[in-house]
Amino acid sequence: MNVKHFMEDRLLVFEITEDLDHHSSEIIRRRADYEIQRFMPKRVVFDFNRVVFMDSAGIGLVIGRYKTASSFGGKLEMMHVNENLRRIFEMAGILKMIPIVESLEKEKIG
Amino acid sequence: MEKQVKNEMKIELLSKSANEAFARISVAAFASQLDPTIEEIADIKTSVSEAVTNAIIHGYNNTEGIVKIKAKLYEDEIEIEVSDTGSGIENIEEAREPLYTTKGNLERSGMGFTIMENFMDELSVESIVGLGTKVVMTKKIKKEGTTY
Repeated sequence: MNVKHFMEDRLLVFEITEDLDHHSSEIIRRRADYEIQRFMPKRVVFDFNRVVFMDSAGIGLVIGRYKTASSFGGKLEMMHVNENLRRIFEMAGILKMIPIVESLEKEKIG
Repeated sequence: MEKQVKNEMKIELLSKSANEAFARISVAAFASQLDPTIEEIADIKTSVSEAVTNAIIHGYNNTEGIVKIKAKLYEDEIEIEVSDTGSGIENIEEAREPLYTTKGNLERSGMGFTIMENFMDELSVESIVGLGTKVVMTKKIKKEGTTY
């Protein structure tokens, strides 16, 4: 996982670079929670651009980071969610809670 | 007519989470003999990953044990069996409910069986408390229509 922090925007991006299963998600979650607590971002984005495989561990990872980010007043978003990943997130019904965004640009208001 | 087994394999691995990737990739490589689509391979990989993870986390509760995987290829179908000799499941029906989990503290989503049910064509779960659990799942691999 690569971590990118944009201080002016209080934006934290986790670029996942590995397959997401029970094994890798435990490692990722520790690092991600550490970074969220360190920067207390307003916005946390999981970038799945490089994720080829994900099982249900991905659901737990995302929901868990949603909770961590919320506890510091931040929100969580996802981007570059491929069809396989989307199917799994939809099955768990979390897309209403954690939206998929097209880019890191701030959403235009109005 | 009895379905004819075209090929068969068995893997035994230690219940270490690092083996989850090995398990799903091995089964996917074996399944590729049936010439599945990329989607079918993705479904198989995800389902095997869920079953093996269950054996490690629930069956053996993160202690050391052996996870067995058997796969059989038929003309247009793969049958995959994942078993452990761990703690077993008390209430299978409850365990199969979407979002039901006993490991919320480990951030398990309770979606494992739901994913297996959705991604495979058939799923059966047998379990005896104290003896272990066996999950058998099958997936039809659709044959492309020949154009010549």
